[in-house]
Amino acid sequence: MRYDTHLPANMILHPQRGRVLKLLVRLRPIAFIAVLLVLWQIAIDLHPIHILPSPWQTLGGIAYLIHHKLLLKYIVASLFRVTWGFALAVVLAVPLGLTIGWYRRAEMAFNPIIQLLRPISPLAWIPIAILWFGVGDLAAIFLIFLGCFFPLLLTAINAVQNVPAVYINAGRNFGLTPTQIVRRVLYPAVVPQLIVGLRITLGIAWLVVVAAEMIAVDSGLGFLIVDARNAGNRYDLVVAGMAIIGIIGLALDLAIRSLEHVKSFRWGYAEE
Amino acid sequence: MNALATPKKWEQYFWPLLACALFLALWHYAVLWSHTRIFPSPREVERGMVELIHQHVLWGDIADSLRRVAIGFGAAVLLGVPIGLTLGWYPAADQVVNPTMQLLRPISPIAWIPVSIILFGVGDDAAIFLIFLGAYFPIVVACINGVSNVPAMYRRAGRNFGLTPAELLRKVIFPAALPQILIGLRIALGIAWLVVVAAEMIAVDSGLGYLIIDSRNSGKRYDLVVAAMLLIGVIGLILDLAFRRLERIKSVRWGFRNAS
Amino acid sequence: MPYTMSFTEDATPTMTATKLSVDHVNMTFTRDGKTTPVLEDINLEVREGEFICLLGPSGCGKSTLLNTMAGFLQPTSGAIRIDGEPVTGPDARRIFVFQERGVFPWLTVEGNIGFGLAKLPRDERARRITHYIKMVGLEGFEQSYPNELSGGMKQRLEVARALAVNPDMLFLDEPFGALDSITRLVMRGELLRIWEAERKTIIFVTHDIDEAVQLADRVVVLNSRPASIQQIVEIDIPHPRNLSDPRYLELRDGIFQQIGLAHKV
Repeated sequence: MRYDTHLPANMILHPQRGRVLKLLVRLRPIAFIAVLLVLWQIAIDLHPIHILPSPWQTLGGIAYLIHHKLLLKYIVASLFRVTWGFALAVVLAVPLGLTIGWYRRAEMAFNPIIQLLRPISPLAWIPIAILWFGVGDLAAIFLIFLGCFFPLLLTAINAVQNVPAVYINAGRNFGLTPTQIVRRVLYPAVVPQLIVGLRITLGIAWLVVVAAEMIAVDSGLGFLIVDARNAGNRYDLVVAGMAIIGIIGLALDLAIRSLEHVKSFRWGYAEE
Repeated sequence: MNALATPKKWEQYFWPLLACALFLALWHYAVLWSHTRIFPSPREVERGMVELIHQHVLWGDIADSLRRVAIGFGAAVLLGVPIGLTLGWYPAADQVVNPTMQLLRPISPIAWIPVSIILFGVGDDAAIFLIFLGAYFPIVVACINGVSNVPAMYRRAGRNFGLTPAELLRKVIFPAALPQILIGLRIALGIAWLVVVAAEMIAVDSGLGYLIIDSRNSGKRYDLVVAAMLLIGVIGLILDLAFRRLERIKSVRWGFRNAS
Repeated sequence: MPYTMSFTEDATPTMTATKLSVDHVNMTFTRDGKTTPVLEDINLEVREGEFICLLGPSGCGKSTLLNTMAGFLQPTSGAIRIDGEPVTGPDARRIFVFQERGVFPWLTVEGNIGFGLAKLPRDERARRITHYIKMVGLEGFEQSYPNELSGGMKQRLEVARALAVNPDMLFLDEPFGALDSITRLVMRGELLRIWEAERKTIIFVTHDIDEAVQLADRVVVLNSRPASIQQIVEIDIPHPRNLSDPRYLELRDGIFQQIGLAHKV
């Protein structure tokens, strides 16, 4: 484990103290967060910008949202859009990317277009999205789809190109047809890289949904931030929303990391 | 399988041109057949592009966007690289700080807009702060990974030659980690470019992002909207390619798979 | 104390049909406008059931020759025929054994060995898998993944996978290169044992002179780039070959001299 600190000899001789020390080490990050919160509180106390909330007020904001049954509603709305946008992107980008990665001429053909469209922020598509889909869920899902599509496409293309030629040659050697090679050699070989790509792209989806909601829809965590500010300068709710966004984003990331531990995929992660 | 035959040299140009031509044709006919009044055809976008270029505002907008990226990205590099290297070098420090980073990272920079407006007011500084936020995390993560991936044998060789820790960091760790750090910087620059456009759509009144919003709001000039989008794509691509040039310098080229 | 490889004697084949013929094969690689000749006028006839070693220093082109014979590359000129038919591509009748990195990491030992057996009925498949696991000595590891195996075990797995489809020919590209020298000696004995039992035609690429003389019926000594055949040495010692035997040393030294290496270090 990377974080094991070296225990001095007397800790090893006194196992009780050794265990306590190990627990303290584990708690250090939490202590760090606590210190930051305290600093934040102190900063507010010293320079009372009446608008910016303190940690306590933020907690109060979270309580307020739970009490008014808004929190769950907004979380669900955001997750709903992320799920749809992300799923659509996966279903379209992965097979397309695998195909383009496999046929060199396809990559030659499409690479310029991909490289040109990729640096355009999904948010820059908002006017087009609203034009095509109106203000609402569909526009948001479209934006999330866009934000996920190109990273996934590129991940799939790279994954195929990174499959060692040895595996493909072995497949050909055993008399497999091209379809069989794709199914029995290519697909298993790219899965670990795809999963990493899925994890990163899910993170991107979560970033885009919040931004999209701040502009284009009327529910969800992003909307909460904008609305709380516009309708009454409730910055305690704004920061509460930000905190929730952080927590849920982290939860999503951890959830998809657990996929990487399924044994038949584990071969692809030498270090972990 | 013909697909595995090595493509000829001329094919390098033929296929992309064919794909672009098909794409433009598709676009053109889609606009024609759907009888849309609003969505521009390729030709209209081209004219819009020319119009923008002749308006001096465009160059100001591009300069503004680039300037914000430069400052925000620069700040993220100046702060993120030392912090990232430190965290990578002292795993204990990383263990303490990492959970906080993992909590802050999923918060889109756009979500920080209200807070940043309070802290910096409406204007350039707020946008720069957002860009900084967007670029900071990828840079730190890349530095941490770069340092911790330096093989132990390089460190041992350095110590064997009698290097002090400071020299070790400067002469061994940093050069060894540099390829990965550069990749992180390139990705962060791409993110910075995404964020600046988004930030300009919301929080400031100049720049390419603002140009998009403004073109739509004042007159539904979707031809200008799409022209601006393409410009954003082109500039982002140029930034990316320029950065990739850096990765070809001999003292880092060893770290990249396609180095020949 | 002399080390002997033990298995049945008299492994030298008598006059049999030509299995593989290489006819004036040349290979040139073109890259970025630069042409590099790699193989120059290779002519070779391999008899059925023979064990041939292609010997040469690293980078001389012997792997290229092997790949061409197996059908993964097309020669720039010349023809390669197996059983009289020209070679146009890879085929399950002649399996290529790469260094251990060729085993599929997402399949277990059983999965790997059974890879080429998909067309067989289930019990026949299971029977063969068990047979070859036993033959290469991987009992107990049926459900293990390659990343849990040592280098030598992965190599044996790859050989088992190759044998399971019952090919006529085996091409081995420095298969023991990544193993330590003790394991290498053991693996050579295993390979000869399997060859004795199954009598495939084997073409084996190596840069190790001792290895070539220990294993092969004939050693094809290759020059460096472009690779051409310098000499073909017939090893007329019956198996098991005594490594202290004067004839063995004589043949070995002969090849040393051929390649132009000094006899003392």
